[in-house]
Amino acid sequence: MMQELIYALPLTLIFILSIAVIMVDAFTGKNKTVAYYFSIAGLLGVIIAAIYTMTLPSADLAKMAYEGTISKGMLTYGGYAAFFDILFAVAGILTIVAAKPYLTREYGEYKEFYSLIIFAISGMMTIAHASNMVTIFIGIEIMSITFYVLAGFIRTRITSVEAALKYFLLGSFASGFLLYGMAMVYGATGTLQLQEISAKIATGEIVNIYLQIGLALLIIGLSFKVAAFPFHQWAPDVYTGSPTVVTGFMSTAGKAAALVAFIVIAKSLLPTNFGATLINDKLIVVKEFTENATMIIALISAATMLIGNITAIAQKNVKRMLAYSSVAHAGYLMMGIVANNENGFAGIVFYSTAYMLMQIGAFVVVGVLERDDTKFQQISDYSGLRKSHPYLAAVMALFMFSLAGIPPMAGFPGKYLLFTATIQSGYTWLTIVAVVSSIISMWFYIGLVLNMYFKEKEGDALVADVKSSHFTIAVSVIGVIILGILPSFLIDLAKNFF
Amino acid sequence: MSLSVLLFGILSILAVASALITVISKHPVRSAISLVFHFFMLAGLYLTLNAQFIAAIQVLVYAGAIMVLVIFVIMLLNLENENKLKSKYNILQWSAFLLGLGLVFLLGVTYLSTGTGLQFAPEIAANNSTAQALGKALFEGYIFPIEAIGILLTGAIVGAIVLAKKKLS
Amino acid sequence: MIEEYLPLIIMLVLGFGVAVLFLYLAEWLGARRTTHGKQTTYESGMEPLGTARDRFSIKFYMVAVSFIVFDIEVVFMYPWAVQVGELGLVAFWTMTVFMLILFAGYFYELKKGGFEWD
Repeated sequence: MMQELIYALPLTLIFILSIAVIMVDAFTGKNKTVAYYFSIAGLLGVIIAAIYTMTLPSADLAKMAYEGTISKGMLTYGGYAAFFDILFAVAGILTIVAAKPYLTREYGEYKEFYSLIIFAISGMMTIAHASNMVTIFIGIEIMSITFYVLAGFIRTRITSVEAALKYFLLGSFASGFLLYGMAMVYGATGTLQLQEISAKIATGEIVNIYLQIGLALLIIGLSFKVAAFPFHQWAPDVYTGSPTVVTGFMSTAGKAAALVAFIVIAKSLLPTNFGATLINDKLIVVKEFTENATMIIALISAATMLIGNITAIAQKNVKRMLAYSSVAHAGYLMMGIVANNENGFAGIVFYSTAYMLMQIGAFVVVGVLERDDTKFQQISDYSGLRKSHPYLAAVMALFMFSLAGIPPMAGFPGKYLLFTATIQSGYTWLTIVAVVSSIISMWFYIGLVLNMYFKEKEGDALVADVKSSHFTIAVSVIGVIILGILPSFLIDLAKNFF
Repeated sequence: MSLSVLLFGILSILAVASALITVISKHPVRSAISLVFHFFMLAGLYLTLNAQFIAAIQVLVYAGAIMVLVIFVIMLLNLENENKLKSKYNILQWSAFLLGLGLVFLLGVTYLSTGTGLQFAPEIAANNSTAQALGKALFEGYIFPIEAIGILLTGAIVGAIVLAKKKLS
Repeated sequence: MIEEYLPLIIMLVLGFGVAVLFLYLAEWLGARRTTHGKQTTYESGMEPLGTARDRFSIKFYMVAVSFIVFDIEVVFMYPWAVQVGELGLVAFWTMTVFMLILFAGYFYELKKGGFEWD
């Protein structure tokens, strides 16, 4: 029991932090700095705890997680769960630091923002630690409900309120699909425990219509949550309408959390390890089931990246362009699930880390330059940025190169890992589609860079309001460069997780 | 005919009737009130099927809390004239009607093909869907999810304050 | 099984029936002389102003949402309460922590003025 408590430390800490931060908020009255620093300090504590659990021996971790006295097999500890804890907490700190000047300027700094970010992170961490459908669902709900509120955080803006309403209506509909899918899988297998489901499917006895419908509904619900085609239509409007710092947070950490749920569900519902020979008729049924489902996910992934990148070309608004590029990246990340092997999952871990850094960085740069909701967000507003703000132009160019996957930025090894893993699983055509759409994406990423560097600005130069956002931008830049030059340590770490 | 079958018949007729009034009624508040009645009838149906916990929750949450929200929303939006909305959604109404017919057809086919007639209160439900059984299952196996739901509800409170409070301090 | 609920059902039917019966009896037996004063809305003796179906303030929404959140809390208390004798200490502490979390939420709402009518 004590041992389990130590492993569950990051999760326990974030839950306590959620409650503590609203108490701090309630008791500090008009003083805003206490809640701000308290949130950051708490998240740092979570990061330290998560790093500590990663270093613990993982010998009987699986057994303990399964029979644990507190979790009763609802949770998994260490490994990728601890890694994603760190990822979400870092995203939270970067967002909170960048949000302070943004909110003060655009709306007024309200302490509730910090509480909501912490609540969203506790939902994401619940997903990361989940080894049971119930836990996954509750985690997704905690995350989604706080995202609906965060999207509409600036209540006086019609775009923000519209984003919140749209996200809420469609998001709760998708949660319904997810829940129905879980109910179907429960009906087919008689358990919600992912390990047991995996074991039962591998026997080949229960591959029936209920399991297939259940899996289809799960794929629909999860595709919505990661904003994949054809359930991506909410994403551009929501990402454009939400406050820019919130967009940065939910399009990276939120997407990563949904992907973790996708990984654990795909890993247990789509078994790939059949050994050398297929002797059994039933195993052939399972193999067909896995292959069909993987093909559907592969098609969704291919369509997502093509649609996202092609539509992004037509955008005139930088925030909206990044929103569509975020849709395309959901497609790239889903390749790891198509690959369904340790390289693919490691690719997701690496790429969602890299993506988190570059996308939050890019959105923070947009947030620093924009004014009053939609002003100064057009691509044409960015021309001549090299002269007026050489530093911002340089980091924005760096993020764009990284998003396009140009070495030596972090985007390149991430894409490389995902592409090779997909080829390894025999989906060469998907890799070709991914390469083609990456080339398409160069058009608008490089287009923005050319605009910043080689076009002259007519009229007044943009005014940047950076302040503490400097920290977020600096961390993102350093992270993107380090992960780009020395990717191997994270790749090796990630491969050990699965 | 046993008492269960009789009750089931009466309750389901009343449930269908009140559901129809909900849909047909032009006045939103009248719709809402007949929906409350419908929820009560559903709770009775659950009781005849031995699902006493769901029946209690149906009254507690749906007929209580959810209906309060529905009526408040009607009052907040001041939906006096529903006819303005109506003409726009004709195709939707027709497709809903067709889907409903499809469901009736499906249920009919299932009923005819199984041929076992009406079966009430399977023993499994009688043993497993009582509040006692649920309490045992929840508080022995699902301790973490319960605490997580506590966090979820607290998050919802914070969200409600952020969205609806007039003056944030 | 269902027979256990028979008294409940009889009570519900009787209660509902008596209420409806009295309403209609009053309508049927009572004398009906309508005047203008009787037909207008009663507003403490004042002349009625405007329509009764006015838009309500968003403040009501706060009340409704708080009510729902704490109503859901009761949903979890119910299966715990009927079984508390047999469940033992772990379930007790589970419920205590759950209540404490929600109490924090309640306290937050109180401090933030969620229950105030400003």
